[in-house]
Amino acid sequence: MPHIDLPQGLPGISSGFAFRPETEKPMRELAHILLHEPNSLTPGERELIATYVSSQNDCYFCQTSHGAAAASHLGSESTVKQVKTDFTQAPISEKLKRLLVIAGKVQQGGKHVTAEDVEAARQQGATDLEIHDTVLIAAAFCMYNRYVDGLATWQPQEESMYAQMGKHLATEGYRASSVKPSAAEQPSDLVGAGTQSQG
Amino acid sequence: MPHIQLPEGLQGIRGPMAFRPDTAKPLNELAEILLHAPNSLAPGERERIATYVSPLNDCYFCQTVHGAIAAAHLDGDEDLVRRVKADFQHADISAKLKALLVIASKVQRGGKHVTASDVEEARQAGATDIEIHDTVLIAAAFCMYNRYVDGLATWQPEDEDLYRQRGKKTARDGYVTMSREYIPQPELETQGA
Repeated sequence: MPHIDLPQGLPGISSGFAFRPETEKPMRELAHILLHEPNSLTPGERELIATYVSSQNDCYFCQTSHGAAAASHLGSESTVKQVKTDFTQAPISEKLKRLLVIAGKVQQGGKHVTAEDVEAARQQGATDLEIHDTVLIAAAFCMYNRYVDGLATWQPQEESMYAQMGKHLATEGYRASSVKPSAAEQPSDLVGAGTQSQG
Repeated sequence: MPHIQLPEGLQGIRGPMAFRPDTAKPLNELAEILLHAPNSLAPGERERIATYVSPLNDCYFCQTVHGAIAAAHLDGDEDLVRRVKADFQHADISAKLKALLVIASKVQRGGKHVTASDVEEARQAGATDIEIHDTVLIAAAFCMYNRYVDGLATWQPEDEDLYRQRGKKTARDGYVTMSREYIPQPELETQGA
């Protein structure tokens, strides 16, 4: 059960977003720029970075939804699984492997990133902007993951829901919600009324 | 030396924010809402949560600048800010803020560390759902800001007075207004459509 009275029927971060639309807006915008807008790193590569960091932070909702978005971009679920278990053996570019090393260090703490890590990424062709975005994607998922789990949000284990969500995220991005409440027509209204009447 | 070529002469998060104004905008808007916009938690309380989380992540820039902003909100009481960082359980702060700082420290270690009884204690001390939500999100957001600042090895001069002066201005004007000082602003001209 969530730690606070979140709107029902919305999985993971969607419930926090619906609870607090003021903070939802910049959080969606940040994800949209980092993961969806045109960039020299493909959306699939950036979603893999997000998925990898989320699995390191043990966040089921984020690793599954972003894993589904990555799979939708890449047309391969097995690559996503390999990146999570051992990216050094995954069929991805050397550049992305070097960026994943940096992302893994950021997940442990910013100071873990060394000049050698950055130099190795640069040797594989990574630009300053790509290194910047890798650091910020990894840092941002240290926020999103903690937000989702720190509120103990509802995270249904339902593969088909995440596959659908992943497709929507891959095509539409993050500015608008990818999920509709599943419990009732307008659950937040019903929940709100019920809560108030309990005093 | 920073890991990438950042604009020179800008301390801490200002370097990467000026390097990438697109992402700076939502990052500043999020800080503005969480720390500066009206809220039942005072700005000084929310800044103390940010200041407390940042040293747990060992981020010099963030703990110093947000410590200065917190002190500015508290009539310059830098001592109280130091006590919160060192041992908040014995600091002269409300039982509610203590309970919220416990939650913040759990979030810093990882979201799943927060327990139902941590939340119940905060509620017993008078915390509302939105205050608990914002505490979780402030702590989570600083796990991002701290990593962003240190993950790029930004320039962080050890100059307490610089942060003290800036803290006063940020406490007064907020994050979005302050960001105009160092982020290139789009030209304000009519778009020829």
